[in-house]
Amino acid sequence: MKFDTPAGTNPIDRETVVGQPHPRIEGPLKTTGRAVYSYENHEAAPNAAYGYVVGSGIAKGRISSMDVREAKAAPGVLAIVTADNAGPIKKQGFYVAKPLAGPEIEHYHQAIALVVAETFEQARHAASLIRVDYARAQGAFDLAAARAGAKPHQRQPDVRIGDFDKAFASAPMKVDATYTTPDHSHMMLEPHATIARWDGDHLTIWSAQQIVGWARRDLGNKLSIPQDKIRIVATYIGGGFGGKGSVCSDAILAALGARAVGRAVKVTLPRPLMPNNTTHRPATIQRVRLAAGRDGKLVAVGHETLSGNLPGGGPEIAAAQTQLLYAGANRLNLTRLATLDLPEGNAMRAPGEASGLMALEVAMDELAEKLGMDPVELRILNDTQVVPGAGPGRGTSTDPQSASGNQGKEEQGPRPFSIRQFIPCLRTGAERFGWEERNPKPGSRREGRWLIGMGMASAIRGAPIIPAGGRVTLDGKGIVTVESNMTDMGTGSYTIIGQTVAEMMGLPLDRVVVKLADSNYPEAFGGGGQGGAASATAGAYAACVKLREAVAMKLGFNSADAEFIDGDVRAGNRRAPLAQAAKDGAITAEDKMEYGDLSKRFEQQTFGAHFCEVAVDAYTGEIRIRRMLAVCAAGRILNPITARSQVIGGMVGGAGAALMEELAVDKRFGFFVNHDLAGYEVPVHADIPHQEVIFLEETDPTISPVKAKGVGELGISGVAPAIANAVYNATGVRVREYPITLDKHLTQLPEIV
Amino acid sequence: MKPFTYERAKTPAEAAAAVARQPGAKFLAGGTNLLDLMKLEIETPRHLVDVQDLKLDRIEPTTDGGLRIGALVTNTALAADTRVRRDYGVLTRAIVAGASGQLRNKATTAGNLLQRTRCPYFYDPNMPCNKRKPGSGCAAIGGYSRQLAVIGSSDQCIATYPGDMAVAMRVLDATVETVKADGTTRAIPIADFHRLPGDKPHLDNNLEAGELITAVTVPRPLGGTHHYEKVRDRASYAFALVSVAAVIQKDGSGRAAFGGVAHKPWRVEAADALMTQGAAAVTARAFANARPTEDNAFKIPLATRALAATIAEGKSA
Ligand SMILES: Cc1cc2nc3c(=O)[nH]c(=O)nc-3n(C[C@H](O)[C@H](O)[C@H](O)COP(=O)(O)OP(=O)(O)OC[C@H]3O[C@@H](n4cnc5c(N)ncnc54)[C@H](O)[C@@H]3O)c2cc1C
Ligand code: SF4
Repeated sequence: MKFDTPAGTNPIDRETVVGQPHPRIEGPLKTTGRAVYSYENHEAAPNAAYGYVVGSGIAKGRISSMDVREAKAAPGVLAIVTADNAGPIKKQGFYVAKPLAGPEIEHYHQAIALVVAETFEQARHAASLIRVDYARAQGAFDLAAARAGAKPHQRQPDVRIGDFDKAFASAPMKVDATYTTPDHSHMMLEPHATIARWDGDHLTIWSAQQIVGWARRDLGNKLSIPQDKIRIVATYIGGGFGGKGSVCSDAILAALGARAVGRAVKVTLPRPLMPNNTTHRPATIQRVRLAAGRDGKLVAVGHETLSGNLPGGGPEIAAAQTQLLYAGANRLNLTRLATLDLPEGNAMRAPGEASGLMALEVAMDELAEKLGMDPVELRILNDTQVVPGAGPGRGTSTDPQSASGNQGKEEQGPRPFSIRQFIPCLRTGAERFGWEERNPKPGSRREGRWLIGMGMASAIRGAPIIPAGGRVTLDGKGIVTVESNMTDMGTGSYTIIGQTVAEMMGLPLDRVVVKLADSNYPEAFGGGGQGGAASATAGAYAACVKLREAVAMKLGFNSADAEFIDGDVRAGNRRAPLAQAAKDGAITAEDKMEYGDLSKRFEQQTFGAHFCEVAVDAYTGEIRIRRMLAVCAAGRILNPITARSQVIGGMVGGAGAALMEELAVDKRFGFFVNHDLAGYEVPVHADIPHQEVIFLEETDPTISPVKAKGVGELGISGVAPAIANAVYNATGVRVREYPITLDKHLTQLPEIV
Repeated sequence: MKPFTYERAKTPAEAAAAVARQPGAKFLAGGTNLLDLMKLEIETPRHLVDVQDLKLDRIEPTTDGGLRIGALVTNTALAADTRVRRDYGVLTRAIVAGASGQLRNKATTAGNLLQRTRCPYFYDPNMPCNKRKPGSGCAAIGGYSRQLAVIGSSDQCIATYPGDMAVAMRVLDATVETVKADGTTRAIPIADFHRLPGDKPHLDNNLEAGELITAVTVPRPLGGTHHYEKVRDRASYAFALVSVAAVIQKDGSGRAAFGGVAHKPWRVEAADALMTQGAAAVTARAFANARPTEDNAFKIPLATRALAATIAEGKSA
C-alpha cells in the first residue's frame, strides 16, 4: 500500500480500541516470570554451552601474544574463539567497531576471546586464565584536545543562512556560551544476551535486538552468511535505549562459539563489560550563540557541536534540531567530528536532540534572563510555523535513529510543519504546572534548608516513518493473528499493534494474537528513533486493509461499503460474523506500507514542553527533583498507558542526564572507568518523586493512515535542560557542564558557616 | 570466580582455627561484598568458612551500660533495635542511609566493618592497584578520583573506606571484639581497627589471619542529639561523597566523624574540642593535613557544610 496523500477518515478514527488505555497484553507474562527472554530460552537450546567474553585490557595497540593453553585445559572448557581461529569478520554494519579484535585493538574491553564451557562458572574462570601481552599504542582520548583535527561529516552538512556573524555582532542582546555533555551509557536492565544454534548451515539466534532486520543484515555481512540462512528471534527485550541497535559481540561470538563446539551456545555480557565493550551516547562540546533584539525576537541562531568517535563512526547530531525550533533570519549550524580511540559512540535514546537541547534550551534560559523576559514567553515569541530560512528538506537518513531535520536536497519555498502544537504545549504546561509561581529572580525562594527553583525547556524530536509490513490471518474462530518483525523492548508494541488490528477488524483486543520480533515475519523496521510505533502500526494497517478486502469478497460484500464492527461485517441491512469468512479455512493477507514524498513536503516533528521544580540543599548543594511535568504533542496517542510510560521513562533518563549520568573518561588509559551500576549512577525511585504527563489532542494525517508518531524519545528531549534551568533558578549559579553535580556549584552557594 | 571449598563452622574458635589453618581461606557472612568480589576475581579465596551458625546474632546490654552487638546481627536488625534507636540514633541513621533494604537484611555487623573500598580501579583487574595486587602501582593517582580520599592517603593508595555504619561506630567509640586462631580474644578500639594505607595498602585493617570478629560493643549512651548526614549525588543507594556522624550536646559541644574522606572513618578528637566554635573550626583542624586531588578537593568544603548542617539541626532539635 502506498501512502502518498494525507489520510482522510478511516476505521482507526473510531478509536474504540486504538487510543484506549489497555494495559500491556504481555504484562502478566512478565510480572509472573513466564515471559522468556533471549538468554532463558531453554526450550530452544536445552543443552546450550556457556560463552564468556574476554575484553581487551588496553584501549589501543596490539596483542603481542596470547596464551590460551591453561584456559583450554581448565575443567569444562570446550573451545576458545579468538581472532586466530574465528575466520574472517567483515567490518560492516550499523556498528563500526569489530566485534572480535586481534591482533589490532580498537578500544578498551573490545572482545578478544570467547571461552566456551559446560557451565557459566567454568567459562568465567577459564577466561581469567588467558594470558595476554599487549603492545600499547598512543591513542586520542580527550575530546577537547582532539578538536583541532575535527572535520565536518556528510551526515550533517553545514548550514549557513543569512549573515550570522554580522547579525550576531550587531544585536543588542546576546548569549554566547559553551556547554558540555558527557558520554552516557544505555545501562538497560537486560544486558546484551544471545543464544546461537546452528542447524547445518542455518543459524538461529535468540537475541536481544531492537531491529531484527538490521541484526540479520549485519550478522550476515559480518560473518558472510547469506541472510536467508539466518533467523533472528527477539521475543522479549529488557530495554535497549539504542544499545541493542544491531548485533554486538554477544551475538557474533555466540554464533562463532556455537559453530566451534557444534552445539548451541549462550552468551551474555557481564555488566562491567557493557559500557566499554558496546556503544554509548558520545560526549559533546557545544557552543550556542543567540542574538535578539530588545523585543526578544531572535535575529541570529548559532549552534556548533563537536563530538568524537572511532574512525568510521558518526557524529552526535546535536545541533540539527536547532534549525527547526525557533525563528531567526541568520543562522549557523555546524557539526564537527573528531577521531577518538574511546569505545564506539552510537545511538542512544533521542540521539542528537537529547544532547543538543541540553545546550540550546539553557542558552534560551540565559537569554530570557538577560532580556528580563519570561522563558515561556520568549519561546512563544520565537515560534515558527515553517522551517526557518526555507532550508533544505529532509533526505532519507541512513540512520533512522539519528533522523532529524535539515538534511538532504534543497526545496523551493518555506517548508511547513505537518502540525506544530508547540505553543499549546508551552501554554498548557505553564498553566498546569503553576508556572506563575516562579520567581524570576534566582536564589530567592527558600524553604528551610532548601533553595527552591522552577525551570522549563522546549522539546522537539523528529517523527520518522519507515516502510513496514505486516501479515494478518483470520481463523474460523474469528481470531486474527498479526505477525511482524517489529520488536517490543517493554515499550508496548505488542499492545498497540494488537489495538490497531482490533480496530481495523472490528474486534475486541482479546480476539487478536500478536506475534512479533522474528525474522520469519514481515519486515517492519523495529524499535528505534521513536519510529517503531508509527511505522509498525501503519504496516499492520496496510495488511488489515487487504484482509478486509479478502473477507468482504468472501462474504459477498462490496469492500468499499463494508464496515467491521463488533465482530461482524456489515453493509446496508446485511451483516455476517467475521469468523464466517474463514469457515472454509484461514484467510491470510500481507502487505507493506510504503511512502511517497509527504515527509519531504512537510517537516514532521513531535513537540513538547517540560517543567520541573527542584530543591537544592543550601548546605550540601545536593539537588533533588520535586516534581516534573511533560506536555507532549505527538500525533495520535495509540494507548495512553504505554505512551505515558514511555514519557515518564524518558523523563527519568533526562533526570539522570541532568544530575548524575556520566561515563568518566580516564584520559591516560583511554576507557570509561565507572563501568558498572555502582559507579555509573542512574536515578533511583527516591530521585523521582512525582511525574505528570499531558498529551495534547492531535492526529497527523501526513504521517500515515494511523496518524500516529512516536513519543519514546520526545520524552527525554528537553528534560535535562528544564532541570538545569530549575537548578539555576534555585541557586543563581549557572553550571554548563553536565551532569550538574553538587561539586560544581557548592562553593558558590550562599555562605552558611 | 576461582573454584573454592566450603565449610560451616560450629563455634567461633573453630571458625578462627579453620581459616588460620588454610592459606587463602576467608570467613563468609552475608556474602554481599565478598561474593561480588569473588565473581570479579578481586578476592580469590580457596576456602570459605561460613560463620552463619555461630549464634553471634544477639544484641545484649554490657555491664557498664553499653551494648554488645553480635558479629552476625544484620544491619536491619541492628538499625531497628529499640535500644539502639533510643540511645544510639546515629547508628540507626547511618545504617539506614546505606545500601538497600535487601542488602541490609543480609549484611552483618562484622561484614559491614570489613567491606572493601569502592575505588573503581580496584574493581577493574586490568588496572594497576596496590591494594588488589601489591606492588603493581596505583591507577587512581592521576586518574578518576572524585570518590577517593582527601586525607590520610599515601603515594601508594588513595582509596576510601566506603561504609556508613563504621563512621557512627567511630563517633560512639565502639570496640571490636575478636577471637584468634589460638582461642585468645582481644578488644580493638574502633580507632585502631581500620588502617591508613601507608606502604601496605593491601591491608584494610589490623586483624590477623584467621582472627574472627565476635562482637562490637558500644559504651554507655552519650545523650545529646544524634545525626548522620550522608551527602551523595542521588537520593538513595549510593556511597557517600562525604558523610558526617555527629553527637551534639545541648551546650553545643559534641563530636563528629567523617566518612568518604579517608581509608578509615575520620575523626580527630582535638577537632571535636572546637565544636562550639562552629563547623569551620572543626574541619580546619580535622582536615589540616588534607591532600586532596583536583577531582575531590570539593570534599573539604563539603565536609564543613555538612557538619554545619548537623550543628544547625542539633540546635533546632
Ligand atoms: C549495591 C551495594 C550497595 C551498597 N551500599 C552501601 C552503602 O551505601 N553504605 C554501606 O555502608 N555499605 C554499602 N554496601 C556494603 C554492604 O554494607 C556490605 O556489603 C555488607 O555490610 C557486608 O556484610 P556481609 O555480612 O554481607 O559481609 P561478607 O560479604 O560476608 O564479608 C565481608 C568481609 O568480611 C569478612 N568477615 C565477615 N564476617 C566476619 C567476621 N565475623 N570476622 C572476620 N571477618 C569477617 C569476610 O571474610 C569478608 O572479607 C553496599 C553493598 C552493595 C552490594
Ligand atoms: S587508590 Fe588504592 S584501591 Fe584504588 S587503585 Fe590505587 S591502590 Fe588500588
